[in-house]
Amino acid sequence: MNTDIHAAHADDHHHGGSHAHGTFSTYMLGFVLSVVLTAIPFWLVMSGALPSKQITALVIMAFAVVQIVVHMIYFLHMNTTSENGWSMMALIFTIVMVVIALSGSLWVMNHLNSNMMPIHQMSGMK
Amino acid sequence: MSPDFLKLIFGRLGLDSLPLHEPILVGTFAMVALGGITLLAGLTYFRLWGYLWREWFTTVDHKRIGIMYMILGIVMLLRGFADALMMRAQQALAFGGSDGFLPSHHYDQVFTAHGVIMIFFVAMPLVTGLMNYVVPLQIGARDVSFPFLNNFSFWMTVGGAVLVMASLFIGEFARTGWLAYPPLSNIGYSPDVGVDYYIWALQVAGVGTTLSGINLICTIVKLRCPGMTMMKMPVFTWTSLCTNVLIVASFPVLTVVLALLSLDRYVGTNFFTNDFGGSPMMYVNLIWIWGHPEVYILVLPAFGIFSEVTSTFSGKRLFGYTSMVYATVVITILSYLVWLHHFFTMGSGASVNSFFGITTMIISIPTGAKMFNWLFTMYRGRIRFELPMMWTIAFMLTFVLGGMTGVLLAVPPADFVLHNSLFLIAHFHNVIIGGVVFGAFAGINYWFPKAFGFNLDVFWGKLSFWFWVVGFYLAFMPLYVLGLMGVTRRLRVFDDPSLQIWFVIAAIGAGLVFLGILSMLMQFAVSFLKREQLKDVTGDPWDARTLEWATSSPPPDYNFAFTPVVHDNDAWWDMKKRGYQRPLTGFKPIHMPSSTGTGIILAGFATAMGFGLIWYIWWLAAASFFAMLAVGIGHTFNYHRDFDIPADDVVRAEDARTKLLVGAK
Amino acid sequence: MTIAVNPSQAGEPVFYLADEHPHPEGYSTSLGFWIYLMSDCLIFAMLFATFGVLGANYAAGPAPKDLFELPLVAVNTSMLLLSSITYGFAMLTMQQNKIAQTQMWLAITGLFGLAFIGIELSEFAHMIHEGATPQRSAFLSAFFTLVGTHGLHVSCGLIWLVTLMVQVWKFGLIEANRRRLMCLSMFWHFLDVVWIGVFTFVYLLGVLR
Repeated sequence: MNTDIHAAHADDHHHGGSHAHGTFSTYMLGFVLSVVLTAIPFWLVMSGALPSKQITALVIMAFAVVQIVVHMIYFLHMNTTSENGWSMMALIFTIVMVVIALSGSLWVMNHLNSNMMPIHQMSGMK
Repeated sequence: MSPDFLKLIFGRLGLDSLPLHEPILVGTFAMVALGGITLLAGLTYFRLWGYLWREWFTTVDHKRIGIMYMILGIVMLLRGFADALMMRAQQALAFGGSDGFLPSHHYDQVFTAHGVIMIFFVAMPLVTGLMNYVVPLQIGARDVSFPFLNNFSFWMTVGGAVLVMASLFIGEFARTGWLAYPPLSNIGYSPDVGVDYYIWALQVAGVGTTLSGINLICTIVKLRCPGMTMMKMPVFTWTSLCTNVLIVASFPVLTVVLALLSLDRYVGTNFFTNDFGGSPMMYVNLIWIWGHPEVYILVLPAFGIFSEVTSTFSGKRLFGYTSMVYATVVITILSYLVWLHHFFTMGSGASVNSFFGITTMIISIPTGAKMFNWLFTMYRGRIRFELPMMWTIAFMLTFVLGGMTGVLLAVPPADFVLHNSLFLIAHFHNVIIGGVVFGAFAGINYWFPKAFGFNLDVFWGKLSFWFWVVGFYLAFMPLYVLGLMGVTRRLRVFDDPSLQIWFVIAAIGAGLVFLGILSMLMQFAVSFLKREQLKDVTGDPWDARTLEWATSSPPPDYNFAFTPVVHDNDAWWDMKKRGYQRPLTGFKPIHMPSSTGTGIILAGFATAMGFGLIWYIWWLAAASFFAMLAVGIGHTFNYHRDFDIPADDVVRAEDARTKLLVGAK
Repeated sequence: MTIAVNPSQAGEPVFYLADEHPHPEGYSTSLGFWIYLMSDCLIFAMLFATFGVLGANYAAGPAPKDLFELPLVAVNTSMLLLSSITYGFAMLTMQQNKIAQTQMWLAITGLFGLAFIGIELSEFAHMIHEGATPQRSAFLSAFFTLVGTHGLHVSCGLIWLVTLMVQVWKFGLIEANRRRLMCLSMFWHFLDVVWIGVFTFVYLLGVLR
């Protein structure tokens, strides 16, 4: 009897679509997109197609961000409704934490390095 | 036997690792061994091993795991406090050419162990224990989301504690201070096992903490009973949610920073070294990204306890529930933006320091809002000065003081004067004792009758309270004075005799706190002996407001015979008001998780692996690792992890309660 | 859940569920596993931060330009990408209840994962052979730790994959196994996301520097 309830519940879950699964076409779309988004940055760096390194760096970082979003949507099936939005909430919170900790560390350590440089660099500041 | 062979078997562990030359340690060991043997013999004599294994060690019941956390916390409190007494005595004596009674080698271990134990193995277990016990009851759930994981987390915490305790008698503990800053903690300056004990104790316990954080978040998000929307959750559940979010978001940072330190020590990498491009400052930066949220991890649940206690003992709904929730959430986020205030003096410059100084001061706003909420809850309330309420009032007075010195320290120029001074020591003891410890004691006195079915003795409780509060002020106010005079922390001997009087006062204060701890143990013992007299049959001894008081004391394994349905913030108060009738019939079988020994076995192997790594006993480390892997994978082949409590058992338990309730009237 | 919370018809408030269904097994698992992944994400974030801070400290040793071979990294990246799509196929066939095909796709995924690990290890071996050991400079310490931690995760994923294949083989595509495959899918794709960060920030930006 109990197992019946279980099975019924499990079925509910599948048809109710409470977590999205993706289809063949969404997986393929994600795959093609990520191949393109990977290939272009590699090509940019290996060929040196863009004139300045700064621009290349910015462009490939932008590609990385886009590709991460593509993976999130097509492979990890992120959306605002799964788990009543808690997955998205957890993701956003994590991104905020990561940004704070990453940029904070870089900022703090960078400032430290420029303030505490050995004498030869300080001598220019007289 | 050849030395190479011995080295293969025992690593760097040898007879000289045993501290036979230190009379204090030998004496302690003798006492611990005697006590341990008595305990083991007693357990064997009364044939309690089977009972303990079946009912406690392998249990997945969140209530029992919660109680075990509390016991761990209290046992470790005794150890950590012994260290504190030794430090206070040393500092009170070591004047005028006297060296005190602790050699520097030992003294440095004592202050390190004190910090590590008090934070990781006293405050954390007490807080986690209370959350584990109370949260599922408050949200009307039968257990946590992942009951097996809960058991495993607990034993990992114990494993960490075991490693710290082992360092007392086998080898030594770190001599680096509780955060083990490199380069001092690098292999070049700390070649012995102390720092390795530190690393592996925290890594083993840290895994447990992170997993229990994930577990409790899921529990709160997924297992709330019908009707309990987020804004109808009790405040303690809210603060627990935020605390566990902080745990999950910050303990990985600790894991990483300790892993990098161990790579430096074991493999010879250059993360935190002085040369080859390493940066010891990066360690300080990373560990405080964990370290600052950690203090909020400890204090937020305490805030939750005070909220529950204040509204219960004022007989009023909590003032400003919504603002309380938002304040908690804001503190959660802000706690991530302030870590640099622990190292203003590192030299990051004015802009960085101002940013972190300002964010730090901003935190006092939501905290202040909470304080006013508690005050307004008490305002015009019919306050009952029971023990939990007394601890709460002591908290309010003490914590405000600690908070204000904190804001003072948040001002970077002031911090340049006070950094690493006894003023800082006084400040953080002021907030941790005044906030976390008083909170845990309020919680223990508040929920003890729920957990055990009888109240705690009031006389010894009051004695403990007064010893603690007076002792605390005597012990730490002198440190504020000394800190302002420029005395730095972690000193072993002093030259200036005019300082001695302050240290003597502080030592007297520590002595009073010791009496407070003894009174608390007495309180437990006396209450146990008078348990028939102090019995709580109603399940609601305080006329309280939240759901955990709706069930019996102690609650049955399944917590609630029927899952409650909630209509109001103060669910149980609402039920009482609207004439809720306890259901007497219609009981059904209840689906529950079954006990398993896998958690304790896995944690045992993890501890053994840590021990092997500490002593370079590579075979032990490797064998334990593979054993852990095998047991872990083997566990996943078990698909039958729960059972049904038969309806008859439920009927029996509920009928027994009905009889008790009738008898009470 | 479809349980009435509203007051019953008589107007009396309902304070308990007379007829309740227990939460289905694994009710919290996917959320719990997601939260675990988020904590893992922070582990990687801190390793990235360490690499960001220490990544330029070559200590007069080799720099990224001297060490990284982008074609090899590109091949490695494609291994991981291919393993992602094959895992996707495994999930799709699992939904259609095709055990044999699911197992096949899982095996292919495992092989791609293995290839990834193999290439990475040979890259490491090559670097160490040239004297670019993790001990050589803070940059190399941070590099080996960040990339190595990712590799370690992939290896754990492989062990898990094999375990799951055995379990599917023994017990079939039962609900519990489907849930586990779902979790591993999240884990596998998550490692992919981390790898995007690795090849962008470590390899490509390193060579640009």
